[in-house]
Amino acid sequence: MAELIRAESLSAGYKSKAIWQDANFVVEKGEFIGLLGANGAGKTTLFRLLLGLEIPLSGKLSIFAKQPERGSPRIGYVPQRRTIDAETKIQALEYVLMGISGNKWGFSLPAQASKEKKQALKALEHVDALGLAHKRLNQLSGGEQQRIFLAQALVGKPDLLLLDEPLANLDIRRETELIRLVQKIAKENNMAVILIAHDINPLLPVVDRIIYIANGKIASGKVDTVVTSDSLSDLYEAPIEVLRDSKGRLAVLGVEEAMHHAS
Amino acid sequence: MLHSLINTTASAFSWNLVSDFRSMWQYAFMQHAFEAGTIVAIVAGVIGYFVVIRRLSFAAHALSHVGFAGAAGAALIGVNPLYGLLAFTSGGSLAMAALGRKAAARDVQIGTVLAFMLGLGVLFISLYKGYATEAYSLLFGEILGISIDDVYITLVAGVFILLAAALLYRRLLFTSLDEDVAEAKGISILALSIGFMLLLAVATSIAVQVVGVLLIFALMVTPAATAQHLASRPKQGIILSVAISLLVTWLGLFVSYYVSYPVSFFIVSAAFIIYIGSRLIPKT
Repeated sequence: MAELIRAESLSAGYKSKAIWQDANFVVEKGEFIGLLGANGAGKTTLFRLLLGLEIPLSGKLSIFAKQPERGSPRIGYVPQRRTIDAETKIQALEYVLMGISGNKWGFSLPAQASKEKKQALKALEHVDALGLAHKRLNQLSGGEQQRIFLAQALVGKPDLLLLDEPLANLDIRRETELIRLVQKIAKENNMAVILIAHDINPLLPVVDRIIYIANGKIASGKVDTVVTSDSLSDLYEAPIEVLRDSKGRLAVLGVEEAMHHAS
Repeated sequence: MLHSLINTTASAFSWNLVSDFRSMWQYAFMQHAFEAGTIVAIVAGVIGYFVVIRRLSFAAHALSHVGFAGAAGAALIGVNPLYGLLAFTSGGSLAMAALGRKAAARDVQIGTVLAFMLGLGVLFISLYKGYATEAYSLLFGEILGISIDDVYITLVAGVFILLAAALLYRRLLFTSLDEDVAEAKGISILALSIGFMLLLAVATSIAVQVVGVLLIFALMVTPAATAQHLASRPKQGIILSVAISLLVTWLGLFVSYYVSYPVSFFIVSAAFIIYIGSRLIPKT
């Protein structure tokens, strides 16, 4: 497998005060990674480093065998959106279009514009949201909005998808649907995914590996080694229990309480 | 004064709108009012759309009050108030942009500066001899008193704003609706914010001539808010926003020629009625 991301002795933070330090990990092409950690642990900071929006305090970070640079078309990014509210009355298709041409100057010529529109509709089709193209964002449910954001991130056919808390505010059924959808698209396009979540349970069936941030350190491992009562209790600094049911499925108890404690 | 002048010279309203318009058009001051009003309405419709989607309506309102102090100060030292407006609104807009977009939403701080600037303007106006008239026209607009020179300044400023807005259109839209992704795509949020706030400053300055400092909201925000409520595509929204502000400006000028109440009253009333009407339309 080809290597997408490599971090060596990487530290991040503001003005020489590290949030986390001495991180060493690798992300390979096509991997599905769950990024876990308490609130304020520096998960979004890792995304901002990968996007070239912040520079490391020390250490080395390479992505696509280069230093991170802003505006890379090879990364699709879905941030935690707080700006969508009842007053955001733009239709979904226009939102997806911004992912294609939002950083261009002036207007598209008609031929170019219709090409862009086709591309946007195709992206909506990939996330099963073609029917939502002409709906306004403020009229969509949380799950539907996440699919629109996903479509916007996918229009450039990225090699890496960064999803920041896409499961926040979704009910269990929508969580599972969205995770399955991301997994399907990632597999079809051999695309790597790093997904930030605060509940580990919905990720367990799909992730290849988990990267977790705790106590200012970053570690990574396979689900079987990371998801144990001991390592998770360390991670969240609270008692966490990992249970295994008769079919071998894992369930983690205590994370929600630990998160409330942490925040 | 101007209104009584109209009453004595203008012919009475008839239902023949063409001849009504022709009789109105004989007067140079009405021509200038229509010319400046048209430019301002187009600019306010376009810039206002971005003001609404960037949630900057209170900042825009405050900016015009900052401009009031500048205009009053300019009048005091014998300079064209429009230059004072431009200088102060530009300074104010740069300060807001530098403090960041989240700062523009801090209504207490903005309101405090707004009140201080209005107070400063009152001082300048009271030191100036033409006290009442100057204050009235700055606060509520005096488009019927606009000179041909002001029309030219308005035209140059208007063309500049529209060209800049066309160039920045997609980037403005992207950063307005999706700042984090736009930043990740390589757009400089700060540079664009400074650029937009400067455009807003110039647009506010020329719009003050039409509706005045206190009523700027009606031209810069209300038509755009109505359009944004009705249209789900940005281009349609901007076209509708321009159409509404043109309609209310023309209507205001036309009606005030025959009914001797202030032009700004008719403009803000028309904008208000259209806004209320749009809110009553059931959502689809």
